[in-house]
Amino acid sequence: MNQKKEPPRLMKGNEALAEAALRAGLQAYFGYPITPQSEILEYLTEHGAKRGAVVLQAESELAAINMVYGAAGAGARAMTSSSSPGISLMQEGLSYMTSAQLPCLVVNVSRGGPGLGTIQPAQSDYFQATKGGGHGDYHLIVLAPSSVQEMADFVFDAFRLSEKYRNPAMILADGALGQMMEKVSLPAEGSLPPGDKPWATVGKPASRERNIITSLFIEPERMEEVNLHLQKKYHEIQQEVRYEEIETNDAEILLVAFGLAARIAQKAVELAREKGIKAGLLRPITLYPFPSQIISSLSRKVISFLVVEMNAGQMVEDVRLAVAGGRPVAFKGRMGGMIPSPEEVLEEIESIAESYRIPAV
Amino acid sequence: MEVVTTTNGMELVYQKPSTLTDTPFHYCPGCGHGVVHKLLMEVVEEMGIQEQTIGIAPVGCSVFAYNYMNVDMQEAAHGRAAAVATGVKRVFPDKYVFSYQGDGDLAAIGTGETIHTANRGENILVVFINNAIYGMTGGQMAPTTLLGMVTSTTPFGRQQAVMGFPLKITDLIAQLPGAYYVTRQAVHTTNAVRKTKKALRLALEYQPRKKGICFVEVVSNCPSGWKMTPVEANAWMEKNMFPMYPLGDLKVPQ
Repeated sequence: MNQKKEPPRLMKGNEALAEAALRAGLQAYFGYPITPQSEILEYLTEHGAKRGAVVLQAESELAAINMVYGAAGAGARAMTSSSSPGISLMQEGLSYMTSAQLPCLVVNVSRGGPGLGTIQPAQSDYFQATKGGGHGDYHLIVLAPSSVQEMADFVFDAFRLSEKYRNPAMILADGALGQMMEKVSLPAEGSLPPGDKPWATVGKPASRERNIITSLFIEPERMEEVNLHLQKKYHEIQQEVRYEEIETNDAEILLVAFGLAARIAQKAVELAREKGIKAGLLRPITLYPFPSQIISSLSRKVISFLVVEMNAGQMVEDVRLAVAGGRPVAFKGRMGGMIPSPEEVLEEIESIAESYRIPAV
Repeated sequence: MEVVTTTNGMELVYQKPSTLTDTPFHYCPGCGHGVVHKLLMEVVEEMGIQEQTIGIAPVGCSVFAYNYMNVDMQEAAHGRAAAVATGVKRVFPDKYVFSYQGDGDLAAIGTGETIHTANRGENILVVFINNAIYGMTGGQMAPTTLLGMVTSTTPFGRQQAVMGFPLKITDLIAQLPGAYYVTRQAVHTTNAVRKTKKALRLALEYQPRKKGICFVEVVSNCPSGWKMTPVEANAWMEKNMFPMYPLGDLKVPQ
């Protein structure tokens, strides 16, 4: 998707994402400090203004998301970032933005919860990110990077998709992806042209009716129409589904994992293969839309599933819906900021292999 | 002004500004909202800034302000109008941006946004309608409700020991260095209407100076919420509201 790239350099996930946002034509950023994402705010306050972006530290996440609402409504390519507790505070704004059909990018460099929780990485915001999060029937478009490279690349995809569908998009990362340094080839500046936004509130010329950005539709008939339109849009968004298949061709035990957990699962697949167990990995890249179809079709080929997450078992529900009872779906998770080791996951794979007496090759 | 002659040969001396739509106001008889809407839109028309003006509507009785004001508008979540206005103004620093908010929206749920937007010196106009009650939800206590005042959630009158004091947020705003012009007006008499219009005009004329927030409070009434006739409501307002919220400038450009 992202054409020309520079030679690789070593960068922190948060900084790579922030730099990518500027290259993607970011026009307005509003944020609030919270660990483990503050580097995004820091990077943009240092580099944003001189590269033409509005960057403002808001008094709260609540204010930040509503500043994004205003800027997006004015037609700007707008963004905010936070971590789990701050993202919870933004849910009201996201519900409004979805109803008002405003595009924006929200980055959640998530941490362990519930409550103030921990600053260590977790994936326990999956439900909140993919099922709506605030009130009303809506979804965000959710992309889940699993490397610093994808932290940068997905900024372009998220802006493009959110503007195409006039719906907020989220990059759901975690504290480890935000903090770790990896090799990254940054996409070229200016490769994402600004879209046409005839609906934006830019000041009403005599030649057109006034533009109104609102989420208030007091007559139920009208509100239902708006909902039907949103649902039609979510149906169309299904075509944007993305996933990665690793060793799925002959897999008998199929792991499903996203983000950081997918990297651990991939290592566990390698270890299992070394032991002669035919394991594979399906990595959802878009969490909404969710790759249900590929999971459903793979369920006819594999013997058993193992979902690996850094939470108490959230995406596993969507995997079970896709598998629809056709195959057993096991779950391995760690919570509260703990990261499962490849060896722990391998143990699960081995115990599944043993229970089904999958013979070693 | 050019002389317009109507079909029956009479000289047209007054008409609705083109910056107001033809949609009939939904406001109750005697309510101040319609007057303030008209004044604000008259100023926009007279200054010729319709194409450069973006308004932010609140949650409250004036939630539908965008149905009446013929300018590009955004509807904000409850209390967040100042943050939304900030987002718009930062993107368009040379356009005219205003928020139009009631007392519950601005001084209760949106206090944080109000104070910080003023303190940042955002170059916007905030129009603050203070009628000491939540009108749209049926007349509950507002942060500006007077002590002893009966509302649907202070059926025995607002008691300081339970619900604290009326919040004079405009006085608070005037203390902030980010505030450039802070005034408190009313629209219950012809004279008051003229003064409010002048205040709104000044506030918008100041905006291109980029010296900070302009904050125009309009002490208003709520005949339905106060359970009075419009005439009674205005008399009650003069007698009870004005001593607590005295009219006049709180801060003028130096």
